Amino acid sequence: MKVTRKGALSLGAIAVASAFVLSGCSAGDSGDTPTTGGTLTVWVDAERVDALQGAADAYTEKTGVKVDLVSKDNATIKDDFIQQVPTGEGPDITMGAHDWLGELTTNGVVAPLELGDSADDYLPVAIQAATYEGTVYMLPYAVENIAVLRNADIVPEAATSFDDMIAKGQAAGLTQPFVVEQGAEGNPYHLYPFQTAFGAPVFGTDASGSYDPSDLQLGSDGGYQFADWLASQGKTGTGVFNTDIDGAIAKQAFLDGTAAFWLTGPWNVGAAVDAGINVAIDPVPSPTGEAAQPFAGVKGFFLSAESKNKVAATDFLVNYLGSEDVQLELFKAGNVLPALSAAAESASSDPIIKGFANVGADAVAMPSIPAMGSVWQYWGVAQAAIINGEDPKATWDKLVTDVTAAIS
Amino acid sequence: MAQAPTAPRRTRPAAPPTPGSVRAILVKILLLGIVDALSIYAAFVLVMQHNWVVAIIVLAVTGLVNWIYFSRRLIPAKYLTPGLIFLAVFQVFVLLYTGYVGFTNYGTGHNGTKEQAVSSLLASSLQRVEDSPAYPATVVDSFGQLGLLVTDPDTGDAYVGTNDQPLAAAPDAEFDGGKAVSAPGWTSLSFAEVIARTDEITQLAVPYSDDPNDGALRTQDGSNAYRYLSTLEYDEQAGTMTNTQTGVVYADQGTGAFVAPDGTELRPGWQITVGFDNFVRAFTEQSIRGPLVYVTIWTFVFAIGSVALTFILGLLLAITFENARMRGVKYYRVLLVLPYAFPAFLSILVWKGMMNESFGFINQVLFAGADIPWLSDPTLAKASALLVNLWLGFPYMFLICTGALQAIPDELTEAATMDGARGWGIFRQIKLPLLLSTTAPVLIASFAFNFNNFNLVYLLNNGGPRDTTTSLPVGHTDLLISMVYKVAFTGQNRDYGLASAFSIIIFLIVAIISVISFSRTKALEEIQR
Repeated sequence: MKVTRKGALSLGAIAVASAFVLSGCSAGDSGDTPTTGGTLTVWVDAERVDALQGAADAYTEKTGVKVDLVSKDNATIKDDFIQQVPTGEGPDITMGAHDWLGELTTNGVVAPLELGDSADDYLPVAIQAATYEGTVYMLPYAVENIAVLRNADIVPEAATSFDDMIAKGQAAGLTQPFVVEQGAEGNPYHLYPFQTAFGAPVFGTDASGSYDPSDLQLGSDGGYQFADWLASQGKTGTGVFNTDIDGAIAKQAFLDGTAAFWLTGPWNVGAAVDAGINVAIDPVPSPTGEAAQPFAGVKGFFLSAESKNKVAATDFLVNYLGSEDVQLELFKAGNVLPALSAAAESASSDPIIKGFANVGADAVAMPSIPAMGSVWQYWGVAQAAIINGEDPKATWDKLVTDVTAAIS
Repeated sequence: MAQAPTAPRRTRPAAPPTPGSVRAILVKILLLGIVDALSIYAAFVLVMQHNWVVAIIVLAVTGLVNWIYFSRRLIPAKYLTPGLIFLAVFQVFVLLYTGYVGFTNYGTGHNGTKEQAVSSLLASSLQRVEDSPAYPATVVDSFGQLGLLVTDPDTGDAYVGTNDQPLAAAPDAEFDGGKAVSAPGWTSLSFAEVIARTDEITQLAVPYSDDPNDGALRTQDGSNAYRYLSTLEYDEQAGTMTNTQTGVVYADQGTGAFVAPDGTELRPGWQITVGFDNFVRAFTEQSIRGPLVYVTIWTFVFAIGSVALTFILGLLLAITFENARMRGVKYYRVLLVLPYAFPAFLSILVWKGMMNESFGFINQVLFAGADIPWLSDPTLAKASALLVNLWLGFPYMFLICTGALQAIPDELTEAATMDGARGWGIFRQIKLPLLLSTTAPVLIASFAFNFNNFNLVYLLNNGGPRDTTTSLPVGHTDLLISMVYKVAFTGQNRDYGLASAFSIIIFLIVAIISVISFSRTKALEEIQR
């Protein structure tokens, strides 16, 4: 009889497993059919569940609509959303980033949102980012951009230009005073401020302010000047940029005090402050005198195209999550500048947030058009090659040719 | 069955009651009870979601399981059932689904059904009329027909209309704070009622006037309405989309999207089956074929090289340790098995750090600051991948070979020595063949594993350095499996159909090689007998 017992035991395990496989996952993720007040299922990245819980409960109390927050892993949320919305098992609302928009609209999984007059209450860059081909699809809640973290104990004053920054750091006795995250395949996101300082954005914009994929600005004169400059700061030049410095190495250099300047985002400030470093946030020092504009990444909420509860979901997003209190609550969870102007102002009482907000005033929304995918594919590799000593002109030529061919 | 525990019947002599059987039966009933309760709960949830097919499958499988375990015969089935259920859920279903996807155009832009694509296209084609104001709105009902009661923000007048009736003045409307909240002949809906009738409200479009070019008022949240013009019109009979501004007609030509005469496609499209198109593309499209050839070659080199190197090193060490003169064997063994005991994910990341060109341990300490491009030179990166895999894999081969060597009787060696054979001869002609016949299945399994060794390639170097000459983001150390991953999951253009087709091709390659090798091994074993 022992056999049977073992069998039954393992069977129990199977039944548990299969019950979860077959029904559990769908039961957890999908909203039930609307009954009295209906239920909204909202996918939230794991860090912000607690911040949103209060708002969700308050909304339930006010309207009777149940808000079911589902914690999701940030890395898989976009693909899960794209795959599950068409099956009807997806959420009503998901948290996300604006640069997903191209993919989400191409797959037809997001519904337009009408912000109406409240659009004016948000930071302009947030609305620009939430708009795709003239239609708003996202309710923005945070704006994120990179800036220079300065170790104020080593270098007490902000640098006025790129060369000044290197000089100030070297005067303080550092051999590699400035670090920025790169990698074997480059990291164009972090180098973009320098590229814009040479007057070479990726795309031009059309009349409505949307990025125009047919107007590739990468290949303008500024682009080639940037490539030359990059080569002069690379392996065969000053060595300021090094593709072997990845995120972890850059962070360690700054925390150890072997680098006084670190070009990075708000997500790394906590680590630096915890390490006891006197952090100041500076604008990106320009190599040319023109403004060095970083990309702005805007985070927000998307409404599923297949939501059975669109009216309640829209009301929850536009009229409720767009309120100052909720935006400030989300700010506290992530320490990223709120997208609502009024909330951004109150959050800026913190000098670090203010520092990032000042840099963000110059920031441009990262293009979300599908053509940008083709740019990412070649961009970093080309920059890494230039840093490592390839001929800047020829490499940049090839980049422009490849991207043009991939877009058309 | 209820009385079985207390009074086992004697009519079945095949299963006489044994001591402890009462307890066993009780445990069996308890466990099966738990299983049944869980699956009934699962079926209940599924029925609530109208998932009939899966619910019926769950119930049928539960019934089968109960029958198998309560039956006094069916002993083999009792052993096999759990495994078979796992096999079906985790292997057969996944295989069939991958096979199915390989024959569709599933990917970016072909994500859902045609209906979903149509409704999504229509929803995003709504353009708010320029400079039109926001209208405070109340959803109203008259005999089941929904209407919108809106207030013109400029004049403060109230208007009401329905899907069929354009906006008309509602002079007797009652106002609350400048917003019309009710009108005679109409019942105003509360927020809860609005939510309950979401579907009708999303369909509600009240024409602004008799002229369709003035657009229609719609509300998304039930409290504000905006005036929209639609730029796309769907003709269900003809199955075409027409752009109302340019007049271009987009037709469904069986490619899973609406296509204009000039070839431009509307996105999103929808999923269709495309037959063998994905397989044809995998072999004929220039941008894929180039990388496919050298990635396939490298995959074979990597898999065969990994197996050969780890086996040779493992065997050498095993032979060394066999030697009776060796001291402290225990300690060396522990040291040698360490790489195997250490989580591979961690080891690979540590190796990645050590191989960093400017800051890595190897260049900085072992080579005194040399700039050896371990991971960025195409050839050296391949060697590095093999080296790391050798480090990860040899302890396993060492263990296998130690076991296999110990299983070879010493008498054989003695007999061979008597016949005049020397060390190398004994090894090559007696031990090695015996060893190979016992380790061959392990070698084949190791080959299949390394053929698809995604972890190593992805974590060590992400397939890099990138091959800049192709349009796919493929690198010089990419294996077929990591190339498939890049086709399916990186960038903005996912192509699940093509990736599934590749997976099927990889499966066929590995299956064919395994079958051939196993039949060879059998031949080897038969010769020896």
